[in-house]
Amino acid sequence: MTELELKKTAVKVRRGIIEGVYGAQAGHPGGSLSAADILTYLYFAEMKNLDPKDPKKKDRDRFVLSKGHAAPGLYAALANRGYFPVEDLKTLRHLGSYLQGHPNMNEVPGVDMSTGSLGQGISAAVGMAVAGKMDNASYRVYTMTGDGELQEGQLWEAAMFAGAHELDNLCVIVDNNNYQIDGAISEVCSPYPIDKKFEAFNFHVINIDGHDFSQMEKAFNEARETKGKPTAIIAKTTKGKDISYMEGQAGWHGKAPNKEQYDIAMQDLDKVEQAIG
Amino acid sequence: MDIVKKATREGYGDALVKWADEFPDMVVLDADLAGSTKTGQFKKAHPERFVDCGVAEADMTGIAAGLATTGKIPVISSFAVFATGRNYDQIRNSVAYPRLNVKIGGTHAGVTVGEDGASHQALEDIALMRALPGMTVISPADYAESIVAVKAALEHNGPVYMRFGRAAVPVVTDKLPGYKFELGKGSIIKEGKDVSIFATGILVAAAIDAAEMLKDAGIDAEIINIATIKPLDRELVVNSARKTGMVVTAEEHSIIGGLGSAVCEALSEDAPTKVYRIGVRDEFGESGSAGDLIKKYGFDGQGVYETVRKFLGK
Repeated sequence: MTELELKKTAVKVRRGIIEGVYGAQAGHPGGSLSAADILTYLYFAEMKNLDPKDPKKKDRDRFVLSKGHAAPGLYAALANRGYFPVEDLKTLRHLGSYLQGHPNMNEVPGVDMSTGSLGQGISAAVGMAVAGKMDNASYRVYTMTGDGELQEGQLWEAAMFAGAHELDNLCVIVDNNNYQIDGAISEVCSPYPIDKKFEAFNFHVINIDGHDFSQMEKAFNEARETKGKPTAIIAKTTKGKDISYMEGQAGWHGKAPNKEQYDIAMQDLDKVEQAIG
Repeated sequence: MDIVKKATREGYGDALVKWADEFPDMVVLDADLAGSTKTGQFKKAHPERFVDCGVAEADMTGIAAGLATTGKIPVISSFAVFATGRNYDQIRNSVAYPRLNVKIGGTHAGVTVGEDGASHQALEDIALMRALPGMTVISPADYAESIVAVKAALEHNGPVYMRFGRAAVPVVTDKLPGYKFELGKGSIIKEGKDVSIFATGILVAAAIDAAEMLKDAGIDAEIINIATIKPLDRELVVNSARKTGMVVTAEEHSIIGGLGSAVCEALSEDAPTKVYRIGVRDEFGESGSAGDLIKKYGFDGQGVYETVRKFLGK
Protein backbone atom coordinates (compact mmCIF):
# COMPACT_ATOMS: atom_id res chain seq x y z
CA MET A 1 0.00 0.00 0.00
CA THR A 2 1.34 3.45 -0.91
CA GLU A 3 1.66 6.25 1.62
CA LEU A 4 -1.30 8.00 0.01
CA GLU A 5 -3.45 4.89 0.34
CA LEU A 6 -2.34 4.43 3.94
CA LYS A 7 -3.33 8.02 4.73
CA LYS A 8 -6.76 7.50 3.17
CA THR A 9 -7.21 4.23 5.05
CA ALA A 10 -6.28 5.91 8.32
CA VAL A 11 -9.10 8.42 7.78
CA LYS A 12 -11.51 5.49 7.34
CA VAL A 13 -10.19 3.95 10.53
CA ARG A 14 -10.73 7.25 12.37
CA ARG A 15 -14.27 7.46 11.00
CA GLY A 16 -14.85 3.96 12.33
CA ILE A 17 -13.59 5.00 15.76
CA ILE A 18 -15.99 7.96 15.85
CA GLU A 19 -18.90 5.82 14.61
CA GLY A 20 -18.14 3.24 17.30
CA VAL A 21 -17.85 5.50 20.32
CA TYR A 22 -20.72 7.69 19.12
CA GLY A 23 -22.95 4.63 18.66
CA ALA A 24 -21.93 3.31 22.05
CA GLN A 25 -22.08 6.68 23.77
CA ALA A 26 -19.06 5.32 25.62
CA GLY A 27 -15.54 4.13 24.95
CA HIS A 28 -12.09 5.59 24.45
CA PRO A 29 -11.69 7.86 21.42
CA GLY A 30 -8.54 9.76 22.47
CA GLY A 31 -6.14 6.82 22.65
CA SER A 32 -7.77 5.11 19.67
CA LEU A 33 -7.25 8.15 17.46
CA SER A 34 -3.62 8.53 18.59
CA ALA A 35 -3.01 4.89 17.65
CA ALA A 36 -4.99 4.94 14.39
CA ASP A 37 -2.05 5.55 12.03
CA ILE A 38 0.09 2.85 13.63
CA LEU A 39 -2.79 0.37 13.60
CA THR A 40 -3.36 1.20 9.94
CA TYR A 41 0.29 0.67 9.10
CA LEU A 42 0.39 -2.65 10.99
CA TYR A 43 -2.72 -4.14 9.38
CA PHE A 44 -2.30 -2.71 5.87
CA ALA A 45 1.47 -2.68 5.38
CA GLU A 46 3.52 -4.39 8.04
CA MET A 47 1.96 -7.63 9.23
CA LYS A 48 2.45 -10.70 7.02
CA ASN A 49 0.27 -13.70 6.21
CA LEU A 50 -2.94 -12.08 7.36
CA ASP A 51 -6.06 -13.59 5.89
CA PRO A 52 -9.40 -12.14 7.02
CA LYS A 53 -11.06 -15.35 5.82
CA ASP A 54 -8.75 -17.44 7.99
CA PRO A 55 -8.08 -15.24 11.03
CA LYS A 56 -6.37 -18.00 13.02
CA LYS A 57 -3.91 -18.92 10.27
CA LYS A 58 -0.95 -20.57 11.95
CA ASP A 59 1.91 -18.63 10.41
CA ARG A 60 0.29 -15.17 10.61
CA ASP A 61 2.00 -12.26 12.28
CA ARG A 62 0.26 -11.51 15.54
CA PHE A 63 -0.84 -8.32 17.22
CA VAL A 64 -1.78 -7.82 20.86
CA LEU A 65 -3.42 -4.55 21.84
CA SER A 66 -2.02 -4.31 25.36
CA LYS A 67 -3.79 -0.96 25.74
CA GLY A 68 -7.07 -2.79 25.31
CA HIS A 69 -9.20 0.32 25.80
CA ALA A 70 -8.18 1.40 22.29
CA ALA A 71 -10.51 -1.36 21.08
CA PRO A 72 -12.47 1.08 18.86
CA GLY A 73 -9.23 1.69 16.94
CA LEU A 74 -8.41 -2.00 16.64
CA TYR A 75 -11.96 -2.86 15.56
CA ALA A 76 -11.98 -0.08 12.97
CA ALA A 77 -8.68 -1.33 11.53
CA LEU A 78 -9.88 -4.97 11.46
CA ALA A 79 -13.22 -4.06 9.89
CA ASN A 80 -11.57 -2.01 7.16
CA ARG A 81 -9.12 -4.86 6.58
CA GLY A 82 -12.11 -7.14 5.90
CA TYR A 83 -12.40 -9.22 9.06
CA PHE A 84 -16.02 -8.14 9.64
CA PRO A 85 -18.45 -5.54 8.27
CA VAL A 86 -17.55 -1.89 8.87
CA GLU A 87 -21.27 -1.36 9.52
CA ASP A 88 -20.97 -3.47 12.69
CA LEU A 89 -18.72 -0.85 14.31
CA LYS A 90 -21.90 0.97 15.29
CA THR A 91 -22.80 -1.92 17.60
CA LEU A 92 -19.70 -1.34 19.73
CA ARG A 93 -20.43 -1.88 23.44
CA HIS A 94 -24.11 -2.64 22.79
CA LEU A 95 -25.75 -5.49 24.69
CA GLY A 96 -25.36 -8.65 22.63
CA SER A 97 -22.73 -7.23 20.26
CA TYR A 98 -19.56 -9.19 19.61
CA LEU A 99 -17.71 -5.87 19.73
CA GLN A 100 -17.18 -5.82 23.48
CA GLY A 101 -15.82 -2.77 25.27
CA HIS A 102 -12.42 -4.43 25.36
CA PRO A 103 -11.12 -6.97 22.82
CA ASN A 104 -12.32 -10.56 23.17
CA MET A 105 -10.35 -13.04 21.06
CA ASN A 106 -13.16 -15.58 21.12
CA GLU A 107 -15.74 -13.19 19.71
CA VAL A 108 -13.99 -10.87 17.29
CA PRO A 109 -12.37 -12.26 14.13
CA GLY A 110 -8.78 -11.05 13.90
CA VAL A 111 -8.28 -10.32 17.59
CA ASP A 112 -5.28 -12.40 18.66
CA MET A 113 -5.58 -11.87 22.41
CA SER A 114 -8.19 -10.67 24.87
CA THR A 115 -6.96 -7.61 26.71
CA GLY A 116 -8.24 -4.82 28.89
CA SER A 117 -6.38 -5.10 32.18
CA LEU A 118 -3.30 -2.97 31.54
CA GLY A 119 0.18 -4.45 31.51
CA GLN A 120 -1.02 -7.93 30.59
CA GLY A 121 -1.09 -7.89 26.81
CA ILE A 122 2.65 -7.45 26.51
CA SER A 123 3.22 -10.66 28.51
CA ALA A 124 0.89 -12.56 26.19
CA ALA A 125 2.82 -11.15 23.23
CA VAL A 126 6.04 -12.35 24.86
CA GLY A 127 4.43 -15.80 25.21
CA MET A 128 3.58 -15.84 21.51
CA ALA A 129 7.14 -14.83 20.68
CA VAL A 130 8.49 -17.61 22.93
CA ALA A 131 6.24 -20.10 21.11
CA GLY A 132 7.55 -18.78 17.79
CA LYS A 133 11.13 -19.39 18.91
CA MET A 134 10.30 -22.89 20.23
CA ASP A 135 8.68 -23.85 16.95
CA ASN A 136 11.18 -22.07 14.68
CA ALA A 137 8.18 -20.26 13.25
CA SER A 138 8.64 -17.29 10.95
CA TYR A 139 5.88 -15.11 12.33
CA ARG A 140 6.53 -11.87 14.19
CA VAL A 141 4.64 -10.56 17.19
CA TYR A 142 3.60 -6.95 17.65
CA THR A 143 2.12 -5.37 20.73
CA MET A 144 1.04 -1.83 21.47
CA THR A 145 1.10 -0.36 24.95
CA GLY A 146 -0.07 2.99 26.16
CA ASP A 147 2.33 5.39 27.83
CA GLY A 148 0.22 5.50 30.99
CA GLU A 149 0.38 1.70 30.84
CA LEU A 150 4.13 1.94 31.38
CA GLN A 151 3.25 2.54 35.04
CA GLU A 152 2.15 -1.10 35.34
CA GLY A 153 4.86 -3.25 36.94
CA GLN A 154 4.00 -6.31 34.87
CA LEU A 155 4.98 -4.47 31.70
CA TRP A 156 8.56 -4.28 32.96
CA GLU A 157 8.53 -7.93 34.03
CA ALA A 158 7.65 -8.73 30.44
CA ALA A 159 10.24 -6.30 29.07
CA MET A 160 12.93 -7.84 31.29
CA PHE A 161 12.04 -11.32 30.03
CA ALA A 162 11.94 -10.25 26.37
CA GLY A 163 15.33 -8.54 26.63
CA ALA A 164 16.92 -11.38 28.59
CA HIS A 165 15.63 -13.97 26.11
CA GLU A 166 16.65 -11.93 23.06
CA LEU A 167 13.19 -12.12 21.53
CA ASP A 168 13.97 -10.44 18.21
CA ASN A 169 10.63 -11.63 16.82
CA LEU A 170 8.89 -9.21 19.20
CA CYS A 171 8.17 -5.56 18.53
CA VAL A 172 6.69 -3.36 21.25
CA ILE A 173 5.11 -0.10 20.14
CA VAL A 174 4.52 2.58 22.76
CA ASP A 175 1.68 4.93 21.84
CA ASN A 176 3.23 7.97 23.50
CA ASN A 177 0.31 10.39 23.37
CA ASN A 178 1.35 11.91 26.69
CA TYR A 179 -2.01 11.70 28.44
CA GLN A 180 -3.76 9.28 30.74
CA ILE A 181 -7.19 9.59 32.35
CA ASP A 182 -6.03 11.72 35.26
CA GLY A 183 -3.95 14.10 33.13
CA ALA A 184 -0.48 14.41 31.57
CA ILE A 185 1.61 11.30 32.21
CA SER A 186 4.50 13.49 33.35
CA GLU A 187 2.31 14.95 36.07
CA VAL A 188 0.57 11.76 37.20
CA CYS A 189 3.68 9.55 37.45
CA SER A 190 6.23 10.21 34.76
CA PRO A 191 7.53 7.20 32.82
CA TYR A 192 10.09 9.39 31.02
CA PRO A 193 12.67 8.79 29.67
CA ILE A 194 10.84 5.94 27.94
CA ASP A 195 13.55 5.13 25.39
CA LYS A 196 16.29 4.91 28.02
CA LYS A 197 14.16 2.56 30.09
CA PHE A 198 13.65 0.13 27.22
CA GLU A 199 17.35 0.39 26.31
CA ALA A 200 18.18 -0.57 29.87
CA PHE A 201 15.98 -3.66 29.44
CA ASN A 202 18.08 -4.69 26.42
CA PHE A 203 15.72 -3.51 23.70
CA HIS A 204 16.70 -1.98 20.42
CA VAL A 205 14.90 1.37 20.62
CA ILE A 206 13.63 3.58 17.81
CA ASN A 207 11.93 6.95 18.34
CA ILE A 208 9.45 8.02 15.66
CA ASP A 209 6.55 10.31 14.91
CA GLY A 210 3.60 7.95 15.21
CA HIS A 211 1.67 9.79 12.52
CA ASP A 212 4.40 9.63 9.85
CA PHE A 213 4.09 6.56 7.64
CA SER A 214 7.55 6.86 6.11
CA GLN A 215 9.11 6.91 9.58
CA MET A 216 7.01 3.85 10.47
CA GLU A 217 8.21 1.99 7.40
CA LYS A 218 11.83 2.69 8.25
CA ALA A 219 11.38 1.76 11.92
CA PHE A 220 9.50 -1.48 11.31
CA ASN A 221 12.05 -2.53 8.68
CA GLU A 222 14.83 -1.81 11.15
CA ALA A 223 13.00 -3.86 13.81
CA ARG A 224 12.68 -6.77 11.40
CA GLU A 225 16.39 -6.67 10.66
CA THR A 226 17.45 -6.37 14.31
CA LYS A 227 18.74 -9.69 15.58
CA GLY A 228 19.29 -10.77 19.18
CA LYS A 229 17.12 -8.06 20.68
CA PRO A 230 13.45 -7.17 20.80
CA THR A 231 12.61 -3.74 19.41
CA ALA A 232 10.68 -0.96 21.11
CA ILE A 233 9.28 1.72 18.84
CA ILE A 234 8.46 4.81 20.87
CA ALA A 235 5.83 6.57 18.78
CA LYS A 236 5.22 10.19 19.66
CA THR A 237 1.52 10.73 18.96
CA THR A 238 -1.26 13.22 19.53
CA LYS A 239 -4.15 12.11 21.70
CA GLY A 240 -7.43 12.59 19.80
CA LYS A 241 -5.45 13.11 16.56
CA ASP A 242 -7.34 14.85 13.71
CA ILE A 243 -10.45 15.68 15.74
CA SER A 244 -10.12 19.41 16.42
CA TYR A 245 -11.63 19.56 19.88
CA MET A 246 -10.13 16.26 21.10
CA GLU A 247 -6.45 16.82 20.26
CA GLY A 248 -4.25 16.85 23.34
CA GLN A 249 -7.19 16.72 25.73
CA ALA A 250 -7.05 14.16 28.55
CA GLY A 251 -10.78 14.72 28.96
CA TRP A 252 -11.37 12.78 25.72
CA HIS A 253 -9.62 9.66 27.05
CA GLY A 254 -12.87 7.90 27.81
CA LYS A 255 -15.77 10.03 26.68
CA ALA A 256 -18.12 9.82 23.70
CA PRO A 257 -19.10 12.74 21.45
CA ASN A 258 -22.69 14.01 21.35
CA LYS A 259 -24.51 14.55 18.03
CA GLU A 260 -23.10 18.02 17.47
CA GLN A 261 -19.58 16.84 18.34
CA TYR A 262 -20.04 13.82 16.10
CA ASP A 263 -20.86 16.10 13.16
CA ILE A 264 -17.82 18.30 13.84
CA ALA A 265 -15.61 15.19 14.08
CA MET A 266 -16.80 13.93 10.70
CA GLN A 267 -16.29 17.38 9.18
CA ASP A 268 -12.76 17.42 10.62
CA LEU A 269 -12.10 14.08 8.94
CA ASP A 270 -13.58 15.37 5.67
CA LYS A 271 -11.01 18.16 5.76
CA VAL A 272 -8.17 15.72 6.46
CA GLU A 273 -9.33 13.60 3.55
CA GLN A 274 -9.50 16.60 1.21
CA ALA A 275 -6.03 17.69 2.26
CA ILE A 276 -4.64 14.25 1.36
CA GLY A 277 -6.03 14.74 -2.14
CA MET B 1 0.00 -52.72 55.76
CA ASP B 2 2.90 -50.35 55.30
CA ILE B 3 1.79 -46.82 54.65
CA VAL B 4 3.97 -45.01 52.12
CA LYS B 5 4.18 -41.27 52.64
CA LYS B 6 4.89 -38.92 49.77
CA ALA B 7 4.08 -35.28 49.03
CA THR B 8 1.52 -34.50 46.34
CA ARG B 9 3.99 -32.01 44.84
CA GLU B 10 6.21 -35.01 44.15
CA GLY B 11 3.32 -36.48 42.22
CA TYR B 12 3.00 -33.24 40.27
CA GLY B 13 6.69 -33.21 39.35
CA ASP B 14 6.73 -36.90 38.43
CA ALA B 15 3.51 -36.59 36.44
CA LEU B 16 4.87 -33.77 34.28
CA VAL B 17 7.79 -35.98 33.27
CA LYS B 18 5.64 -39.08 32.96
CA TRP B 19 3.12 -37.49 30.59
CA ALA B 20 5.61 -35.36 28.64
CA ASP B 21 5.71 -37.63 25.59
CA GLU B 22 1.97 -38.09 25.51
CA PHE B 23 1.46 -34.31 25.45
CA PRO B 24 4.16 -32.93 23.15
CA ASP B 25 2.59 -29.45 23.23
CA MET B 26 3.02 -29.23 26.99
CA VAL B 27 5.37 -26.43 28.11
CA VAL B 28 6.24 -26.06 31.79
CA LEU B 29 6.85 -22.63 33.28
CA ASP B 30 8.12 -21.75 36.71
CA ALA B 31 8.92 -18.59 38.64
CA ASP B 32 12.24 -19.42 40.26
CA LEU B 33 10.91 -22.27 42.39
CA ALA B 34 11.60 -25.26 40.14
CA GLY B 35 13.35 -27.10 42.96
CA SER B 36 10.47 -26.64 45.39
CA THR B 37 7.57 -27.13 43.00
CA LYS B 38 9.32 -30.20 41.55
CA THR B 39 9.18 -28.93 37.96
CA GLY B 40 12.97 -29.12 38.01
CA GLN B 41 12.73 -32.73 36.88
CA PHE B 42 10.83 -31.70 33.78
CA LYS B 43 13.39 -28.94 33.17
CA LYS B 44 16.14 -31.56 33.27
CA ALA B 45 14.31 -33.99 30.99
CA HIS B 46 12.94 -31.45 28.50
CA PRO B 47 14.90 -28.19 28.73
CA GLU B 48 13.55 -27.02 25.36
CA ARG B 49 10.01 -27.15 26.75
CA PHE B 50 10.76 -25.43 30.04
CA VAL B 51 10.65 -21.68 30.69
CA ASP B 52 11.93 -20.16 33.90
CA CYS B 53 10.30 -16.73 34.10
CA GLY B 54 12.23 -15.58 37.13
CA VAL B 55 10.41 -14.15 40.12
CA ALA B 56 7.59 -12.73 38.02
CA GLU B 57 4.35 -14.64 38.51
CA ALA B 58 2.20 -12.07 36.73
CA ASP B 59 4.41 -12.16 33.64
CA MET B 60 4.60 -15.97 33.80
CA THR B 61 0.82 -16.15 33.66
CA GLY B 62 0.64 -13.80 30.69
CA ILE B 63 3.40 -15.68 28.86
CA ALA B 64 1.43 -18.88 29.42
CA ALA B 65 -1.66 -17.23 27.95
CA GLY B 66 0.31 -16.20 24.88
CA LEU B 67 1.75 -19.71 24.50
CA ALA B 68 -1.74 -21.17 24.75
CA THR B 69 -2.99 -19.00 21.88
CA THR B 70 -0.53 -20.84 19.62
CA GLY B 71 -1.73 -24.31 20.66
CA LYS B 72 0.76 -25.05 23.42
CA ILE B 73 -0.43 -26.48 26.74
CA PRO B 74 1.40 -24.31 29.26
CA VAL B 75 1.64 -25.45 32.86
CA ILE B 76 2.60 -22.65 35.27
CA SER B 77 3.99 -23.41 38.66
CA SER B 78 4.63 -21.67 41.93
CA PHE B 79 3.61 -21.88 45.55
CA ALA B 80 -0.19 -21.93 45.61
CA VAL B 81 -0.26 -18.55 47.31
CA PHE B 82 1.67 -16.95 44.43
CA ALA B 83 0.23 -19.14 41.66
CA THR B 84 -3.31 -17.90 42.35
CA GLY B 85 -3.03 -14.74 44.44
CA ARG B 86 -0.07 -12.78 43.15
CA ASN B 87 -1.40 -13.22 39.61
CA TYR B 88 -5.13 -13.33 40.22
CA ASP B 89 -5.98 -10.58 37.76
CA GLN B 90 -3.75 -12.19 35.14
CA ILE B 91 -5.50 -15.54 35.58
CA ARG B 92 -8.87 -13.81 35.48
CA ASN B 93 -8.35 -11.60 32.45
CA SER B 94 -5.64 -13.31 30.41
CA VAL B 95 -6.53 -16.97 31.06
CA ALA B 96 -10.07 -17.54 32.32
CA TYR B 97 -11.92 -14.88 30.32
CA PRO B 98 -10.36 -15.94 26.99
CA ARG B 99 -10.79 -19.60 28.08
CA LEU B 100 -7.16 -20.37 27.31
CA ASN B 101 -5.79 -23.84 27.85
CA VAL B 102 -3.46 -22.99 30.72
CA LYS B 103 -2.83 -25.33 33.66
CA ILE B 104 -1.94 -23.79 37.00
CA GLY B 105 0.06 -25.91 39.42
CA GLY B 106 0.00 -24.50 42.94
CA THR B 107 2.28 -26.37 45.31
CA HIS B 108 2.83 -25.79 49.04
CA ALA B 109 -0.89 -25.18 49.55
CA GLY B 110 -2.40 -24.94 53.00
CA VAL B 111 -0.79 -24.73 56.42
CA THR B 112 1.53 -27.70 55.83
CA VAL B 113 3.96 -25.47 53.95
CA GLY B 114 4.94 -25.16 57.59
CA GLU B 115 7.79 -23.04 58.89
CA ASP B 116 7.49 -20.31 56.22
CA GLY B 117 4.34 -19.14 57.96
CA ALA B 118 1.21 -17.26 57.01
CA SER B 119 2.65 -15.28 54.08
CA HIS B 120 3.28 -18.55 52.25
CA GLN B 121 0.27 -20.59 53.38
CA ALA B 122 -2.44 -20.49 50.72
CA LEU B 123 -5.79 -20.88 52.48
CA GLU B 124 -8.00 -19.07 49.99
CA ASP B 125 -6.65 -20.33 46.66
CA ILE B 126 -9.57 -22.71 46.07
CA ALA B 127 -12.01 -19.88 46.76
CA LEU B 128 -10.26 -17.57 44.30
CA MET B 129 -10.07 -20.13 41.51
CA ARG B 130 -13.54 -21.55 42.10
CA ALA B 131 -15.13 -18.14 41.53
CA LEU B 132 -13.72 -17.87 38.00
CA PRO B 133 -16.09 -18.94 35.20
CA GLY B 134 -14.81 -21.97 33.31
CA MET B 135 -12.05 -22.77 35.79
CA THR B 136 -11.71 -26.40 36.85
CA VAL B 137 -10.30 -26.92 40.34
CA ILE B 138 -8.67 -30.14 41.43
CA SER B 139 -7.12 -31.07 44.75
CA PRO B 140 -5.60 -34.56 44.71
CA ALA B 141 -5.58 -36.58 47.91
CA ASP B 142 -2.16 -38.12 47.55
CA TYR B 143 0.83 -38.88 45.37
CA ALA B 144 -0.89 -41.55 43.28
CA GLU B 145 -3.94 -39.42 42.62
CA SER B 146 -1.75 -36.48 41.67
CA ILE B 147 -0.21 -38.50 38.86
CA VAL B 148 -3.55 -39.35 37.25
CA ALA B 149 -5.16 -36.00 38.04
CA VAL B 150 -2.41 -34.15 36.17
CA LYS B 151 -3.06 -36.35 33.14
CA ALA B 152 -6.78 -35.61 33.31
CA ALA B 153 -6.01 -31.89 33.55
CA LEU B 154 -3.80 -32.10 30.46
CA GLU B 155 -6.52 -33.94 28.55
CA HIS B 156 -9.11 -31.29 29.47
CA ASN B 157 -9.28 -28.34 27.08
CA GLY B 158 -9.55 -25.28 29.31
CA PRO B 159 -7.98 -23.70 32.37
CA VAL B 160 -7.39 -25.97 35.36
CA TYR B 161 -6.10 -25.15 38.83
CA MET B 162 -4.23 -28.05 40.42
CA ARG B 163 -3.53 -27.90 44.15
CA PHE B 164 -0.61 -29.73 45.73
CA GLY B 165 1.05 -29.84 49.13
CA ARG B 166 4.58 -29.76 50.44
CA ALA B 167 4.40 -32.31 53.22
CA ALA B 168 4.66 -36.07 52.80
CA VAL B 169 1.22 -37.58 53.32
CA PRO B 170 -0.03 -41.19 53.23
CA VAL B 171 -0.60 -42.68 49.78
CA VAL B 172 -4.05 -44.21 49.99
CA THR B 173 -5.88 -44.04 46.67
CA ASP B 174 -3.76 -46.70 44.93
CA LYS B 175 -4.98 -49.28 47.45
CA LEU B 176 -8.68 -48.61 46.99
CA PRO B 177 -10.53 -51.34 45.15
CA GLY B 178 -12.18 -50.10 41.97
CA TYR B 179 -10.74 -46.60 42.34
CA LYS B 180 -10.49 -44.55 39.16
CA PHE B 181 -9.85 -40.84 38.87
CA GLU B 182 -12.35 -39.01 36.73
CA LEU B 183 -12.45 -35.23 36.37
CA GLY B 184 -15.62 -33.86 37.97
CA LYS B 185 -16.33 -37.05 39.90
CA GLY B 186 -15.94 -37.76 43.58
CA SER B 187 -15.20 -41.24 44.82
CA ILE B 188 -16.73 -43.13 47.71
CA ILE B 189 -13.91 -44.61 49.74
CA LYS B 190 -16.10 -46.20 52.36
CA GLU B 191 -19.85 -46.37 52.52
CA GLY B 192 -21.63 -45.50 55.75
CA LYS B 193 -25.00 -44.43 57.10
CA ASP B 194 -24.51 -42.02 60.02
CA VAL B 195 -22.53 -39.13 58.56
CA SER B 196 -21.02 -38.17 55.21
CA ILE B 197 -17.46 -36.88 55.35
CA PHE B 198 -16.48 -35.08 52.16
CA ALA B 199 -12.73 -34.60 52.22
CA THR B 200 -10.16 -33.22 49.80
CA GLY B 201 -6.37 -33.13 49.65
CA ILE B 202 -4.51 -34.37 52.70
CA LEU B 203 -7.75 -34.52 54.70
CA VAL B 204 -8.75 -37.64 52.76
CA ALA B 205 -6.19 -39.80 54.55
CA ALA B 206 -7.20 -38.18 57.85
CA ALA B 207 -10.87 -38.97 57.17
CA ILE B 208 -10.01 -42.60 56.44
CA ASP B 209 -8.17 -42.82 59.77
CA ALA B 210 -11.05 -41.10 61.54
CA ALA B 211 -13.55 -43.56 60.07
CA GLU B 212 -11.75 -46.43 61.81
CA MET B 213 -11.92 -44.66 65.15
CA LEU B 214 -15.53 -43.62 64.60
CA LYS B 215 -16.43 -47.22 63.94
CA ASP B 216 -15.18 -48.14 67.38
CA ALA B 217 -17.39 -45.40 68.79
CA GLY B 218 -20.38 -46.87 66.98
CA ILE B 219 -20.49 -44.27 64.21
CA ASP B 220 -20.69 -45.52 60.63
CA ALA B 221 -19.17 -42.76 58.52
CA GLU B 222 -19.30 -42.52 54.74
CA ILE B 223 -15.99 -41.24 53.41
CA ILE B 224 -15.94 -39.48 50.08
CA ASN B 225 -12.90 -38.08 48.30
CA ILE B 226 -13.74 -34.90 46.43
CA ALA B 227 -10.68 -34.48 44.21
CA THR B 228 -12.47 -32.18 41.77
CA ILE B 229 -13.89 -29.26 43.70
CA LYS B 230 -15.16 -27.58 40.56
CA PRO B 231 -17.21 -28.81 38.84
CA LEU B 232 -18.51 -30.44 42.02
CA ASP B 233 -19.94 -33.95 41.81
CA ARG B 234 -23.31 -32.64 42.90
CA GLU B 235 -25.19 -35.87 42.46
CA LEU B 236 -22.81 -37.78 44.70
CA VAL B 237 -22.86 -35.07 47.36
CA VAL B 238 -26.63 -34.76 47.40
CA ASN B 239 -27.27 -38.51 47.39
CA SER B 240 -24.87 -39.16 50.23
CA ALA B 241 -26.28 -36.28 52.31
CA ARG B 242 -29.83 -37.56 51.78
CA LYS B 243 -28.76 -40.99 52.94
CA THR B 244 -26.89 -39.98 56.11
CA GLY B 245 -28.58 -36.70 56.98
CA MET B 246 -25.39 -35.26 58.49
CA VAL B 247 -22.44 -33.81 56.59
CA VAL B 248 -18.87 -32.89 57.47
CA THR B 249 -16.50 -31.31 54.98
CA ALA B 250 -12.73 -31.44 55.51
CA GLU B 251 -10.08 -29.41 53.73
CA GLU B 252 -6.74 -27.73 54.36
CA HIS B 253 -8.20 -24.37 53.36
CA SER B 254 -10.31 -21.59 54.77
CA ILE B 255 -13.85 -22.63 55.59
CA ILE B 256 -14.83 -19.69 53.39
CA GLY B 257 -15.06 -20.39 49.69
CA GLY B 258 -13.54 -23.85 49.48
CA LEU B 259 -14.93 -27.38 49.48
CA GLY B 260 -17.12 -26.63 52.51
CA SER B 261 -18.75 -23.73 50.72
CA ALA B 262 -19.19 -25.70 47.50
CA VAL B 263 -20.91 -28.54 49.36
CA CYS B 264 -23.13 -26.13 51.32
CA GLU B 265 -24.13 -24.35 48.12
CA ALA B 266 -25.20 -27.61 46.51
CA LEU B 267 -26.98 -28.94 49.57
CA SER B 268 -28.81 -25.72 50.40
CA GLU B 269 -30.43 -25.88 46.97
CA ASP B 270 -31.07 -29.59 46.60
CA ALA B 271 -31.01 -31.25 50.01
CA PRO B 272 -30.73 -28.91 53.01
CA THR B 273 -28.60 -30.75 55.53
CA LYS B 274 -26.72 -29.79 58.66
CA VAL B 275 -23.04 -29.32 57.75
CA TYR B 276 -19.89 -28.84 59.78
CA ARG B 277 -16.89 -27.50 57.87
CA ILE B 278 -13.44 -28.63 59.00
CA GLY B 279 -10.86 -26.12 57.80
CA VAL B 280 -9.13 -22.96 58.92
CA ARG B 281 -11.63 -20.59 60.56
CA ASP B 282 -11.32 -17.16 58.91
CA GLU B 283 -7.75 -16.59 60.06
CA PHE B 284 -4.19 -16.71 58.78
CA GLY B 285 -1.88 -19.59 59.55
CA GLU B 286 1.44 -19.44 61.42
CA SER B 287 4.93 -20.93 61.42
CA GLY B 288 5.51 -24.39 62.76
CA SER B 289 6.34 -27.87 61.58
CA ALA B 290 3.76 -29.45 59.29
CA GLY B 291 3.09 -32.09 61.94
CA ASP B 292 2.47 -29.53 64.67
CA LEU B 293 0.21 -27.46 62.42
CA ILE B 294 -1.80 -30.53 61.38
CA LYS B 295 -2.41 -31.22 65.08
CA LYS B 296 -3.22 -27.61 65.88
CA TYR B 297 -5.89 -27.38 63.19
CA GLY B 298 -7.22 -30.88 63.75
CA PHE B 299 -6.27 -32.06 60.26
CA ASP B 300 -5.24 -35.58 61.31
CA GLY B 301 -7.35 -38.66 61.98
CA GLN B 302 -7.70 -37.81 65.65
CA GLY B 303 -8.77 -34.25 64.90
CA VAL B 304 -11.38 -35.28 62.37
CA TYR B 305 -12.61 -38.02 64.71
CA GLU B 306 -13.09 -35.61 67.60
CA THR B 307 -14.79 -33.00 65.47
CA VAL B 308 -17.22 -35.50 63.96
CA ARG B 309 -18.14 -36.95 67.37
CA LYS B 310 -18.75 -33.47 68.77
CA PHE B 311 -20.83 -32.52 65.72
CA LEU B 312 -22.97 -35.65 66.00
CA GLY B 313 -23.24 -35.31 69.76
CA LYS B 314 -22.16 -38.90 70.23
